[in-house]
Amino acid sequence: MDRVLPQPTPETRHFWEGCKVGELRLQRCTDCQHSYFPPRAFCPKCGSRDVAVYTASGKGFLYSYVINHRPRPDMGKEPHSIAVVELSEGPRMMTNIVGCPQTPEALQLDMPVEVTFESFSDDISLPFFQPAKG
Amino acid sequence: MKPKSIAVVGAAETTQMGKIPDVSVIGLHADAALNALKDAGLKPSDIDGVATAGISPVELAHYMGITPTYADGTSVGGCSFMLHVRHAAAAINEGLCKTVLITHGESGRSRIGGGRFGGSPASLSGQFEAPYGPAGPPTMFTVPVMRYLKARGYTVEDLATVSVIQREWAALNPRASFKDPITVDDVLNSPMIAWPFRMLMCCLVTDGGGAIILTSAERAKDFPQKPVYILGTGESVETPMVSQMEDFTSSKAFRVSGKKAFDEAGITHADVDHLMIYDAFAHLPLYGLEDLGFCKPGEAAGFVRERNTAIGGKLPVNTNGGGLSYMHSGMYGMYAMQESIRQMRGIAPAQVKDAKISISHGVGGMFAASGTVIWTNEA
Repeated sequence: MDRVLPQPTPETRHFWEGCKVGELRLQRCTDCQHSYFPPRAFCPKCGSRDVAVYTASGKGFLYSYVINHRPRPDMGKEPHSIAVVELSEGPRMMTNIVGCPQTPEALQLDMPVEVTFESFSDDISLPFFQPAKG
Repeated sequence: MKPKSIAVVGAAETTQMGKIPDVSVIGLHADAALNALKDAGLKPSDIDGVATAGISPVELAHYMGITPTYADGTSVGGCSFMLHVRHAAAAINEGLCKTVLITHGESGRSRIGGGRFGGSPASLSGQFEAPYGPAGPPTMFTVPVMRYLKARGYTVEDLATVSVIQREWAALNPRASFKDPITVDDVLNSPMIAWPFRMLMCCLVTDGGGAIILTSAERAKDFPQKPVYILGTGESVETPMVSQMEDFTSSKAFRVSGKKAFDEAGITHADVDHLMIYDAFAHLPLYGLEDLGFCKPGEAAGFVRERNTAIGGKLPVNTNGGGLSYMHSGMYGMYAMQESIRQMRGIAPAQVKDAKISISHGVGGMFAASGTVIWTNEA
């Protein structure tokens, strides 16, 4: 079964275009400097419409997760993580932790992680996170 | 709202509870509504206000043959009915209507005539959560919990203890789905659903419904049942995406809704005799005890372990067995309020002796929304 994929909107297009070229793009308020996610055309902290897209470091740490033992049909048959990472720039995002065993022993809270992208269609690459290398 | 200005004059659940394969969603609404009308000694034509979630208030009014001057379709998940009570109280006090019927019905298990779970792939949740594999509440509502356990120093045994104590309450309730005693080991050996959650830390999936009828406290004196008065109410909403909740160790919606209700009621925590905290999963009573201010952060698990919320404890919690053992159709908030009302009427199967003040605290979505109602049986 095909992976459930996002349907970008005009306000989120820059994020998904970034993923296609290997960039994790966030937004920052030009007025109050607040970095935020998910994308929108204004700052959720101060309401300013003066915001800019920038490329984030792609680094962060594992904030919380579950390991789903009853995967959705499009997610394969093995237990997998559904995680939240906190990015170095501040925002948190849901993701899957890849590149390590999907076990409580391997998935330690606060471990450093880095972004990696996987292409699922011409339009969509999903950002995943893996244990940081060095 | 003005405390004790509004009262419950009718309250009932569906005739059956659990597996009801021969009744559709709207049929469950109607069955509960007819039972509540009978409880109040009213006919549908006596109702001039309707509120519901899951279906539209238009469907409810038309199906029941009601011509309302007030309709509330607030739909923010399982606590919607707490918000309906709050809005109805304001509406009655403002003169928009006199007698409001609030209904819930859900064919959670049998799936007869109901809608489907899930949003658009273009919604924020559809774009930034759904692609990572969440498959409904067991893999969404649970996402903050690893952080919560670490921050508080709690363990999976603490989660299991919540399930064990609620099963003890359920054993006293003839209508509870699960009544057999369980141990912490039973919970920790039940099938893994989504680490760290085992099956017995997750709510049931059942069919059922409930209905509540509200009117002014002045009119309530002339009804057959002893009135249960509304002392205070609160509500709030936070985020449609669990991954974006501000603090994974505390629900902002819980804190705002709870404080508002306490302030309105003008009571302290020591005044509370009975507490219902919507328990779709075993972590919710722990968050609720902390966010409502009954326990300091980090003390809720010990409070439960020391049996303060259990039979004979100083703060009986989820005395019907809760969503974990009594029933959970999908939007459980109605059942939490039904148990508070039974406790205030003095007719609960696990009746708390001399209880005078009860709180029903609800959650909607995955920490998305919250509603709180404080009840009393003293005029």
